[in-house]
Amino acid sequence: MRLNGSQMVCESLLREGVEVIFGLPGGAILPLYQTLPEYPQLRHILVRHEQGAAHAADGYGRVTGKPGVAWATSGPGATNLVTGIATAQMDSVPMVIITGQVSRASIGSDAFQETDTTGITLPITKHNYLVMNTVDIPRAIKEAFHIASTGRPGPVLVDIPKDVFTEEAEFEYPDEVDLPGYNPTLEGHPAQVKRAVRLIAQARRPVILAGHGIIISQAYDEVRELAEKVQIPVITTLLGIGSFPDDHLLCVGMPGMHGMAYASLAIEEADLLIALGMRFDDRITGKTSEFAVNSKKIHIEIDPSEIGKNVHVDVPIVGDLKLVLRELNRRVKPKTHVEWIQRIDELKQGHPSMLIRDTDKLIPQYIVQQLAEATNGDAIVVTGVGQHQMWAAQHYTYRHPRSLITSGGSGAMGYEVPGAMGAQVGRPDKVVWSVAGDGGFQMTMAELATLVENNIPVKFAIINNSFLGMVRQWQEFFYQKSYVATGYTHNPDFVKLAEAFGMLGIRVTDKAQVRSAITRAMDYDGPALVDFVVEEEENVYPMIPAGQTVHDLIEEPLPERVRR
Amino acid sequence: MTTNGGVPKHTITALVQDKPGVLNRISSMFRRRGFNISSLAVGHSEEPDLSRMTFVVEGDDKVVEQMTKHLHKLIDVIRVSDISNQNIVSRELALIKVRSNVQTRSEIMQIVHIFRANIVDVAVDSLIVEVSGDEDKIDSLHNLLKSFGVLEVMRTGTIAMNRGADSRVRRTAARVDWGEASSV
Repeated sequence: MRLNGSQMVCESLLREGVEVIFGLPGGAILPLYQTLPEYPQLRHILVRHEQGAAHAADGYGRVTGKPGVAWATSGPGATNLVTGIATAQMDSVPMVIITGQVSRASIGSDAFQETDTTGITLPITKHNYLVMNTVDIPRAIKEAFHIASTGRPGPVLVDIPKDVFTEEAEFEYPDEVDLPGYNPTLEGHPAQVKRAVRLIAQARRPVILAGHGIIISQAYDEVRELAEKVQIPVITTLLGIGSFPDDHLLCVGMPGMHGMAYASLAIEEADLLIALGMRFDDRITGKTSEFAVNSKKIHIEIDPSEIGKNVHVDVPIVGDLKLVLRELNRRVKPKTHVEWIQRIDELKQGHPSMLIRDTDKLIPQYIVQQLAEATNGDAIVVTGVGQHQMWAAQHYTYRHPRSLITSGGSGAMGYEVPGAMGAQVGRPDKVVWSVAGDGGFQMTMAELATLVENNIPVKFAIINNSFLGMVRQWQEFFYQKSYVATGYTHNPDFVKLAEAFGMLGIRVTDKAQVRSAITRAMDYDGPALVDFVVEEEENVYPMIPAGQTVHDLIEEPLPERVRR
Repeated sequence: MTTNGGVPKHTITALVQDKPGVLNRISSMFRRRGFNISSLAVGHSEEPDLSRMTFVVEGDDKVVEQMTKHLHKLIDVIRVSDISNQNIVSRELALIKVRSNVQTRSEIMQIVHIFRANIVDVAVDSLIVEVSGDEDKIDSLHNLLKSFGVLEVMRTGTIAMNRGADSRVRRTAARVDWGEASSV
C-alpha cells in the first residue's frame, strides 16, 4: 500500500489501537492534521496549550494502562510538551508523543520554529526517534508503542520532519519489533526468589511497601494473596495508592514526608521490607543512610537500575511483579504475625495521623473526607501538587487501582486540570474529581475550555487558600513565617471564571455547604467547579522534613480531647 | 581494576547500535547522573551496524554498577560488560610531540626505543613519538619526555578486549542475569 507519511502515522496509530489524540496544530505538523478527516476513528481533542496535551495523554495512560497519545508542532509546540513528558517519565507512564519538525533540508539551520526536539527530550523520554525517511515511520511508531508500554513504561517521542509527512512510500506495518538492545527481564531469578522466601519465613515484623509497579503490572490479586497468606501489613507509596485497598485490615497507608506517622514508624520497626515496584524515592526514605536500618530488604522491580540506587538491598529480584509474586506466593508458607500487627495498631493509636480536627472552620481535610463519602471511594481522584495533593492522598479512601492520579516524582503543579481531562476521556464511565490547588489550577486552567468544548464532565474541587500552600508551609516551618512570594492577594473569582468558560461554578465558604455543593456538582451534566475557600494557613501533618528521619517527625498539635 | 589517587578505575565495554545520536545518548546519561568518564573510545565492531565502546570510568563498585545498569537501560545499547577484573588486553595509542634538537634527539630516541615506541615525524626543533600500550606505560613515557619539553599530546583512550574466544557478537540481546547482580 502506497501512502504518504501522514497517512502512515494514522494507519500506524489505528493498528496500535489508538482511539484518542490530544494535540494542537502548527506549521510543521499541518500535513498530519490535514489527513485526519480521512481517519474519523481517530478522535482528536484540541487543547489550548500543548502542556495540556501531554498531561492529558499522561492521565489517559495512567487510568487505562494504554499509551496516551499527544502530538504537537515543532519548536514551541514541542517545548510546551516538555513538562508533561518529564512527568510521564518520572512516574513510568506509557505515552507516545509525535512532534512535527522542520523539513529535512532546514534541520540545523535555525529555521522558523525549529528546536532540537529529540535533543531536548533525550533525558526525559524512555527513547526517542527522529524519522528521516517516510518509509521508516511504521517501524518507528511500532517500536515507540512497544517501548512505551512494556518493561518499565515511559514516554517515547517520534519527531517527524514536515516533508517526511508529505512524501509517499510503501506502507508495511511490521508484525514484530527488532530491538536487540531492549529485552526486559520478566521472570525473577529462581535463586533470589528462594532467598526471598527464606527471609519472609524468618521475618517477625515484615511489611510490604507497595508501589506503582503493582498497578502497572496489574498484580493486585497477587499482592493481596501474599499479604493475606503471610499476614503482612501493607504500606502503599503515593503512586502505589490503590494497588491495595485502603479499607483492607492489613493496609497501613502511605509512609514518608507527609505519610501516616504510624506507616513511617512501622517501616522503622520492621525487620523485613518487601519493596514491590517502587524506587525508594527521597520523599519516602528521608535521609537514606538512616532509613529502615533495622530491616533486611527484598526489592522486586522490573528496572534493574532502581535496585541498589538509593538503598542497600539484600535480595534483589528483577522481574515483572505479577510473575515474580505468583512464584513467591507458590513458595511461601502461611503465617501469622499477631504481635507485630498488634504493635502496628498501637502505633496507629499513639499517632492518629488521619484524625480530622474538630472545628467549625472550613478545612481541606474535611472536604476530601466528604468527597470520599459522597463518592463512596469509587471516583477517580486527580490532583495537582502540594498541600491539597497530600490531603487528597491522606483522607480519601481509595479502594480501586488507578483511582488516584497524581504527579508524584516530577511534582508538576498544573497537572490537575489536563490530567483530569485525560483521566475522564480514558474512563468516561467514572466520576472524575480533580482536587486542585488554586495555584496549580491557574497554571493550566485554559483547558477548561477544552473540557466544555468536548463535554468532558470533570468535577473540580479547588482547595483555595490564596497561597502556594506547601511552599508557604515550608516558609512557616523553616523560614520563620517569612512568606515570600507565596500569597495571592488577587485570585480570580473562580465561580465567575467557571461561568465564563461555560461550566457550573459553586462557591463554598462554610462547612455546612460542603456536601450539598459536592452533590450539585456531581448531578450537573458537564464539567463543574467548586471553589472551596478554606482556612489559609492550614498545614499538612504529619511531616518529616526533607533529608531527615522518622525521629524528626512533626505531628499535628491537637488538643487532648481530640488526641484520644 | 586500577586505582588513581584513591578513586578506583573500571574498564567497561559496550556493544551498541551504530545509529545517529547514540554517542549523545550515552554521554548525556553519564553527564546527567554525574558519572565520571576518564576515557572513551568508539569504533566499528566486526558487524557492520554495531559499534564497540570502551569506557574507563572512575567510581567505587556501587557507582560502577549503577553506570552499567543505566548504560544497559539505553535502548540502543545491546550489551555491557565490566571487564575490570577479567583477563583482558587493554591498549591505548598516543602521539606525543616533543621539543628536540641535535643535542637531545639521540637521547629521546633511546628512551623511545626502550618503550618500543616509534618516531613518526621529525622536524628541526621537534619530533612526534607514537606509542601504544596500557595507560601506565604511556603515562611513564610521557613523564620521561617532559624533561625535554612536551609540546602536544593526543591520546585515543583505552580500548580493551577479553582474552580467549568469548567475545563474538550475539545479535539477540543477551539476557542479563540481574538476579545474581549484587546491589552492593
